[in-house]
Formats: sequence, C-alpha cells, structure tokens
Amino acid sequence: MTQYRTQPRTSATFDPATIAEIQRAADTGIYDIRGWGAKRALPHFDDLLFLGASMSRYPLEGYRERCGTDVVLGDRHAKYPLHLETPVTIAGMSFGALSGRAKAALGRGASEVGTSTTTGDGGMTPEERSQSKHLVYQYLPSRYGMNPDHLRQADAIEVVLGQGAKPGGGGMLLGQKITERVAQMRTLPQGVDQRSASRHPDWTGPDDLTIKIGELREITDWEKPVYVKVGATRTYYDVKLAVHAGADVVVVDGMQGGTAATQEVFIEHVGIPTLAAIPQAVQALQELGVHRKVQLIVSGGIRTGADVAKAMALGADAVAIGTAALVALGDNDPRWQADYEALGTSAGAYDDFQEGRDPAGITTQDPELQQRLDPVEGGRRLANYLRVLTMEAQTIARACGKAHLQHLEPEDLVAITIEAAAMARVPLAGTSWVPGQTAGGSW
Amino acid sequence: MDPLTATPTPTSDPKDPIMAATLELDLAVSTLREVNARLHDPDLGADDVVVTHPAGRHSVAVGLNRPMTVTVKGHVGYYAAGMNQSADVVVEGNVGVGVAENMMSGSVWVKGSASQSAGATAHGGLLVVEGDAAARCGISMKGVDIVVGGSIGHMSAFMAQAGRLVVRGDAGDALGDSIYEARIYVRGTVASLGADCVAKEMRPEHHEELATLLKSAGYEDDDTHAYTRYGSARSLYHFHVDNTSAY
Repeated sequence: MTQYRTQPRTSATFDPATIAEIQRAADTGIYDIRGWGAKRALPHFDDLLFLGASMSRYPLEGYRERCGTDVVLGDRHAKYPLHLETPVTIAGMSFGALSGRAKAALGRGASEVGTSTTTGDGGMTPEERSQSKHLVYQYLPSRYGMNPDHLRQADAIEVVLGQGAKPGGGGMLLGQKITERVAQMRTLPQGVDQRSASRHPDWTGPDDLTIKIGELREITDWEKPVYVKVGATRTYYDVKLAVHAGADVVVVDGMQGGTAATQEVFIEHVGIPTLAAIPQAVQALQELGVHRKVQLIVSGGIRTGADVAKAMALGADAVAIGTAALVALGDNDPRWQADYEALGTSAGAYDDFQEGRDPAGITTQDPELQQRLDPVEGGRRLANYLRVLTMEAQTIARACGKAHLQHLEPEDLVAITIEAAAMARVPLAGTSWVPGQTAGGSW
Repeated sequence: MDPLTATPTPTSDPKDPIMAATLELDLAVSTLREVNARLHDPDLGADDVVVTHPAGRHSVAVGLNRPMTVTVKGHVGYYAAGMNQSADVVVEGNVGVGVAENMMSGSVWVKGSASQSAGATAHGGLLVVEGDAAARCGISMKGVDIVVGGSIGHMSAFMAQAGRLVVRGDAGDALGDSIYEARIYVRGTVASLGADCVAKEMRPEHHEELATLLKSAGYEDDDTHAYTRYGSARSLYHFHVDNTSAY
C-alpha cells in the first residue's frame, strides 16, 4: 500500500545557502570575505537585444566593409591622450591581489591588441610597466606604493573614488598575501591583514578633487589624461561632479565588477547594476555638453562582444574587463578541478581570492602556485579573448549598419524585460514603452 | 623683463664659474603652469629659486625632482611642494591642505602654520611646521619625518605606517588611530588616543632618535625627557572576532 508523505521542502527565504551562512557565522563570529563581484541574478546586458538592419536600415557587409574600433581617451586637457585600437581595456587590479606573473600576462595580452591595462592598490611594478604599452596608474585612497616617478612613467592617471564591488569601501588584502615584496611595496609589516582606506587622505568632496586633479596635472606637466573612477551608486551626480572636477575620462564600475577581497554583504548589497548606471552617466555627460568629449568607460560584468556593443550603444566610449580577463588567463579552469575540490569549491565557483591559494596561480603570491601561470601563454590567451570581444562587437555593429563601434546608439536596442527597459531607458521589445520615460502606446 | 625667460641673477662673486645663482619667479606676472614648468625644467640654470607673490595659490612647487632650493615668499594653498623629491622647499608663510603630501625625499619647511593633512602619505624627507598643524597631520605617513613646533589637530597619524612624527605642543583627539609602525613623540597633552595606539616606553634609542629629529628642525634645546612616545599596540593587525568593537 502506497504511503503518502509530505516531501521535505526548503524555504525560498531560508534557502540552503542562507542556512549554511547563518551556521557558519554562528560558528566563526566573522563575516564572509570573498572575491569576484555580485553573483546574484541582476538585470543585465542579456536583457537587451539589438535591432539588426533590414528594410529601414542598411547593414554593412560582414567581411568586407570596415567597422572601426579605435578610441581616443583623454583628449580634453591632456597633451598626450591615449589612442587605443580596441575599446576593451583592462581594469585596475593590484600586484598583491594578483601575482607578478599575472600582471605581466595582462600587460602582454593588452599590448598585443593595442589596449591599456591598469595598476591597482600597491603601486606599479617594473614587470607591469615594461609589458604594458598603455598603462593607467591608479591613484587610490591608500596611496600604497604611490610614487611620483611612476606617475610620470604612466600613460594616464586614474583617481579612484570607489569600485562597483564595494562603493564606499576600501581595499582589503589578508595576511596570507602580504609577502615580503608586497609588504615592502606597501610599507606594511609582513603578514598583516591590510586595511586600505576608503577615503583619500588629503581631500574631501568635489571642490577638493578639483584642486587635487590640478596638482596631478601640474606634477605631470599636463601630459597625462586624468580619469576619475566611481563605483556605481548615485551615478548621475557622481559623473557630473567628476566632470566639474576636471576629469578627462569617467570610469563607472557597476556592482557586478569584481574585487580581490571584500565582505560578501558588501558585494551583494551595495551599489547598482551596470545596466542602471550607464544611462545615468550618459545623461549627466549630455546635460553638461561633454558626451564624447569626456569619455565614459564602463565596467562590471562585461563578458562578450555583445556586452561591449550594448554598453557602447548605451553611450559608453570604452569598456573595462577584470573578472573576464582573469578567466581568459586561466582562472577557474576545469583542469584544476581536483585542486578546487580540495579547497571545498569547484571550477567555475572559486572566489576565495583573499586566501592566496588560487589553483590557477593568478590571485596568489605563493611562489609555487604562481608558476602555474605562464605569462607568455596567459598573454596570448588574453589577446585571443580581446580579439574575439572586438570581432563580436564589430559583427553586431555591422549588422546595425555602423561603420564604427562608436556609432552604435540606444535606438539600436530594445529590452526583453520591463526592469531592463526601465534601467537602460530603451523600449520594451515590440513596444514604444520605456518605463519611467514614456507613456507608451501603440505604433 | 619676463621673469620666466630671465637668466639667473648672480648672488655671489660673478667671476666664480661655479657660483650659486638665484632665480626669481613671480606669480604676480606668471601663471602657476609657467612657474611649475620652469621648476621642472632640468635646464633651468639655477639651483636656488625664489617664488614671489604666491597669494594662496594651490599646487605651488609640486613635483620637484632634483636637488634645488625653492623659497616661497608668502602664503600658499593646497598641496604646496606636493610629492617633493630631493628639493628643499621653504614656505615663508602659512600653507593649506596637504603640504608636502606624498613627499619622497628632500625637505619642506613651513615658517607659519599648516592646514589639514600635512605630510599625508609621505614616504620620506623632512617636513617642519614651525607653527601649528591642523587635523590629520601625518595621515597614512609612510616613512616621512614630521616635526611640528606647535600643536596638531584630531585624527593625526591616522593609519600611519612608517616614519616619525614629533609634536612640541599638544595633540588632538584620536591620535594614531589604527597606526602601524610609525612612531609619535608628543611633548604636551594628548586629547585622546585612537584605536590600537598606546603610550610606550622611551628607551635610550628613542631619546637619541628624538634628539636627532629635534635638532634637524632647529629645536636642539628641547629636553627629550619631556616627551612621550606613542605607537601601535599591534592588536588590530589581524582580523579577529574579539576586536569587533574596535573596527
């Protein structure tokens, strides 16, 4: 006789992962720290589609007609703006968070395709400078390793106010990764859990930032473009203030943007999605009459050429990749599955970059693990990936009839969810309805 | 005569081929850009420069990176002598926020008082403020020596990593909050200490170190026994649940 029993049912609110986290917190008394960016499902570029050409628009021939990809960054004030061959740049990641070999690989790959890479908290290493044709030097609140010689050696300066993974928070590098060389570069005792400042030590507020940017320009004789990077939150206002402060380029990093180490609660609950930030930034630039004059770089969740094209269609001049670049180098590669399992995770889910035990040898200072990444091979893989992103974006642009990636425009896009339509400020597919912008109606 | 194209004025025997030469750059007639560009010029032709009429301008004499002497005749704004390397800069007046910020080497000597964040993040060299310094003096200092003739404001030496801070007067609240390995010497009272900052014993090497610092700033008559040393208790160097209330 069949026995009918109530099936065990997990709660949607208290799901297994939530229960496990409560149990872990109760056991240890410390919040969870991890790397990567927001992992929750968010409205994103996947929720947008392009309207390819047909009768009302002419496409370009896919393999015959030129579709330009180059971009000039920082020609507002700088004597020597950057001229990149592809609008896909490499975001700031520190030596310390990454191994020296990983930084060299990023420089190799970026240089091979004519784009820029960026330093991070902790200063500029000789390997990084020598391998990077275009190197952006980050000017961070901690000023770890901040050296005016490096400022002069850089091709651009990026004043960092925040990043998408943790707007309002400073960096974090746990003791396992503070090796002798990292400690020496940051003027810290070896092995401490490093707490980076979240505020700059010698200026507060936009008026001070104007003076600070003036100082950086004076020190470098007005040669270098000055970027201002913000984590996406009150993006409309932040971009306006950055422009007023004198930025040549504004970098907006959405909450999907990665980090080497931050509290999980910070990563998942502070900031706004990249998709929601771009239209705010573009609106601010347009209202100031500087769209395309002060360039906009968008980062946070760029994975494919479609993402590149969508960000640019919404008004970005370029994008930056961090997490995807590490994956291209070999991060979360299935060939290290056994090692990932030994760490209690699996290839594709590894995010404990703060522990310094990265099986792929990228987010580590361990001398043996580092050897797993060959900078030449890593550079080649990154260059391949950057070329694919660029070609994919060109494929879409040609289909939309554009002879340059920068000709992509919001009119080329529709959204497939109401949320994405509202955030990206493009119509819901098949309608003329832009939630929050128009009343909608029939054609 | 255009002060920017003027040849250096001899100040000693004109027959001496290796004479010291003084060049005057006047901010009343030249732009800040023009003056700083001259100061950065390796072919300036003078190792002794006087900058006149600064009138509170920001970023005066920033980014110097060779041995030279620059005397600024008057008050200046933010970031005076910022990121200095090798040069010796004297400001005959008061300075705004961030004087000698991120200095690497050389010296910056302020005859008056300093606003906030004096010597912020500086890696080396000597900063002397003969008057008082406001809040956040020596914030995130990374190896610089700072000597303040008067008193300093709150949150001074916040997250100070390395170097020495000497205060002949008093210190404001939260001195040395979250300090790493910098050493602080204060002669007067300290309103309060920040997290993980504690008073420490003055051993002979500290008296010697302090005496040397005081002498370098022209205060060789001070009794080092009147000073107290402060530094890190090193209890917050690693995250631990027991320290939650301190973070």
